[in-house]
Amino acid sequence: MKTLLPFFAVITLILLVVAGVQFANLNFLFGVIIPYAALAIFTAGIIYRVVKWASSPVPFCIPTTCGQQKSLPWIKQSKLENPSNLAGVIGRMALEVFCFRSLFRNIKTELRHGPKVTYGSDKWLWLAGLAFHWSFLIILIRHFRFFSIKVPLVVHVIESLDSFMQIGVPLLYMTDVVLLAAATYLFIRRVTIPQVRYISLAADFFPLFLILGIACTGVMMRYFTKVALVSVKELAMGLVSFNPVIPVGIGVIFYIHLFLISVLFAYFPFSKLVHMPGVFLSPTRNMINNSRMVRHVNPWNYPVHVHTYEEYENDFREKMKMAEIPVDKE
Amino acid sequence: MAKFTVKPNELSKINLIPPKKEWMDTPVEIKEHMYCHPAKIKELNVVGFPNAREWRPADEDWKLPAGWEQTILEGMQSLLKKYRSFSLFMDICVRCGACADKCHFYIGSGDPKNMPVLRAELMRSVYRGNFTLAGKILKKIAGARDLTVNVLKEWWYYFYQCTECRRCSVFCPYGIDQAEITMMGRELLNLLGLNIGWIAGPVAACYMKGNHLGLEPHTIKSTIELFVEDIETLTGIKIEPSFNRKGAEILFVTPSGDLFANPGTYTAMGYMMLFQELGLDYTWSTYASEGGNFGFFTTNEMAKRLNSKIYAEAKRLGVKWILGGECGHMWRVLHQYMDTWNGPADFLEEPVSPLTGTKFDNAKTTKMVHIVEFTADLIKNGKLKLDKSRNDHLKVTFHDSCNTSRGMGILEEPRYVINNVCNHFYEMPENTIREKTFCCGSGTGLNASENMELRMRGGFPRANAVKHVHDKYGVNMLANICAIDRATLSAAMDYWVPGVGVAGTHELVANALVMKGEKERTLDIRLEPLPGKEGNEEVSENV
Repeated sequence: MKTLLPFFAVITLILLVVAGVQFANLNFLFGVIIPYAALAIFTAGIIYRVVKWASSPVPFCIPTTCGQQKSLPWIKQSKLENPSNLAGVIGRMALEVFCFRSLFRNIKTELRHGPKVTYGSDKWLWLAGLAFHWSFLIILIRHFRFFSIKVPLVVHVIESLDSFMQIGVPLLYMTDVVLLAAATYLFIRRVTIPQVRYISLAADFFPLFLILGIACTGVMMRYFTKVALVSVKELAMGLVSFNPVIPVGIGVIFYIHLFLISVLFAYFPFSKLVHMPGVFLSPTRNMINNSRMVRHVNPWNYPVHVHTYEEYENDFREKMKMAEIPVDKE
Repeated sequence: MAKFTVKPNELSKINLIPPKKEWMDTPVEIKEHMYCHPAKIKELNVVGFPNAREWRPADEDWKLPAGWEQTILEGMQSLLKKYRSFSLFMDICVRCGACADKCHFYIGSGDPKNMPVLRAELMRSVYRGNFTLAGKILKKIAGARDLTVNVLKEWWYYFYQCTECRRCSVFCPYGIDQAEITMMGRELLNLLGLNIGWIAGPVAACYMKGNHLGLEPHTIKSTIELFVEDIETLTGIKIEPSFNRKGAEILFVTPSGDLFANPGTYTAMGYMMLFQELGLDYTWSTYASEGGNFGFFTTNEMAKRLNSKIYAEAKRLGVKWILGGECGHMWRVLHQYMDTWNGPADFLEEPVSPLTGTKFDNAKTTKMVHIVEFTADLIKNGKLKLDKSRNDHLKVTFHDSCNTSRGMGILEEPRYVINNVCNHFYEMPENTIREKTFCCGSGTGLNASENMELRMRGGFPRANAVKHVHDKYGVNMLANICAIDRATLSAAMDYWVPGVGVAGTHELVANALVMKGEKERTLDIRLEPLPGKEGNEEVSENV
């Protein structure tokens, strides 16, 4: 159910495009209006999310420390796992964002005969996650060749690196293969690892199918059913120059590709995909562990009712005097 | 409730494969020995907690106050606005499952709702159903559900099956911390009077009497005087501790558990012997006689109310700085919360060791130093005469407490101290120590007796790692820096790894400490013969 529903949702989306473009001639809707709308929703949605998170304060200094604290000068501090200054936090966040540091720690817990609990290295999730995100990013950057008249240098460099194995014509991009493989792995582990299947929601499968759909249509266009690239670029340039045009002769597969991307963008701010901006705001990772060195201020700190020493002494004065414990009032 | 009698070989038959039926369709089953008794009315009334009443978790009817759904949802709204952590952690989980097999309760029970991700989903599902558009429209498809009595019961059952140990947070790619979510969950449950007795009792006692155990001032003094007698028997040296003494240089605060039962009492004696040897100008306080903070397991406000006594007493007594004993959650609170709640402590001075002159820069605003930091500095500067061989009867391993490792990062200091007072030290497997350490299974006020199955299940991964070094190296002593550990791991060791004792680090320090003018020591702090001294003296079993 939680797998099939999102699968058929993506199929339905595809059929919608086929119907709209092939039969109803809604090219302008799918080629211009929806992409614009999606981008607007994405931008506004992400801003809304981040502002909403950021408007809640961080009342306490709660980093999760994953290494030795800064204490005595002769004890070696773990500056990245337990940062005591801003540079350390930047390093820690960079490792987290670029290298998925925490996932790299992953271990697999198993119960063996004995009973004996064992902890094996388990880097597959880390590897697949890293491969997936990085190839996604590189592919995204590669697509900038469609959005500027002259292809930017960085895109050229990335393209040539991505295709350095020089396989086939057109040249095979490694990231295309890696993205498909990694996303497939992420799907397979979701259905085959019992615990992961158990915790998964429909909302975990939907973006996976969506991205697989995007990747597949993209791969088909590049390597198999060629589309009119010049027309695609014309459409893309029209979009970025706010002078939208719908060139004739772009295959329906392109519209499917574009629509699924639009759906992904529009869906992004309302889904778990907001982990992308979210990770930067995570207080357990982005805070300096210096709460005994620098006072952290809670903006909503308020006075509370306490049981004062005076009240305490009033309760126990006689007992304290008997026990020769000093008192403030005789 | 019948006594918990399941044997370890039965309890360790754990199935980690989740059932076929979806978790949302599986109503909570409140099982005997897995939960604590509810709070008593008078305990909640002492501190003014709302909706105190008689109720029983096993009953169908929890006598919830009218409009309770509204209370919870408004409470959630308020917490979402107060805590970025909560707001963020409700949105960004991708359910990758990295945390799933990292929780000691899950490893020890196989109950899928003890996977941190699912324990959080218990709350997130209600968040989505009530606070997000997608959840309101798509309901279950979006992973949303309504707040029902069954959901509330599930919250209660599982938020009191989390010890806020933060191990999941170490492995989460976004640092999502189940401890934060459990804290919010318990805060909300408190709005409906759904607290447990093992927490509410100590909170009420601490509020009125200054410590969790409810020791009154004269009892604290007489307890410590008993330690004085034991120390004199042991060393021939008579210590004269002071209480509530104005003008002392240092206020010493430790969890009251150290005054109450073995083996914590040995640690307390250890502190006293060390301070005596140093000639430290310190005082105990009977008002601020609790380092721990069970209020932290109820609401943020309650935690602050209890914690306020430490600075208030330091100010009243006019001390220069505060030294804190060995305790886990106590140090999470002192390190990450105290100054924010009740500071700035501008009436105190930046802590300086009077023996070595070392400035504790890392505590310069909070002005509270961890005793292991203090002792490590003493040893490094050669201020202590230590005879390691007095601990030769012990093969020691070290259990990192959750809070001091993941909410502070005090990892090397205790190891340095132990290696300087013991000849035989062995680490447990690397995935079970330091930032990856396992909880004792009974933290956050879950160290009652009626939930013994839960405690033994939660303590299983820790105990299993101890068993590994027990079998391999003959380890017979589990050292730690936590009062809760000293109380709870003793039970876990007796159950899972008989033959392994539990000791505070300063018990080991005091064993090795050669004191000026001491008589020849034949006994360790437990009044058991020292290695090579067996049979030299009549040994009293009456400790």
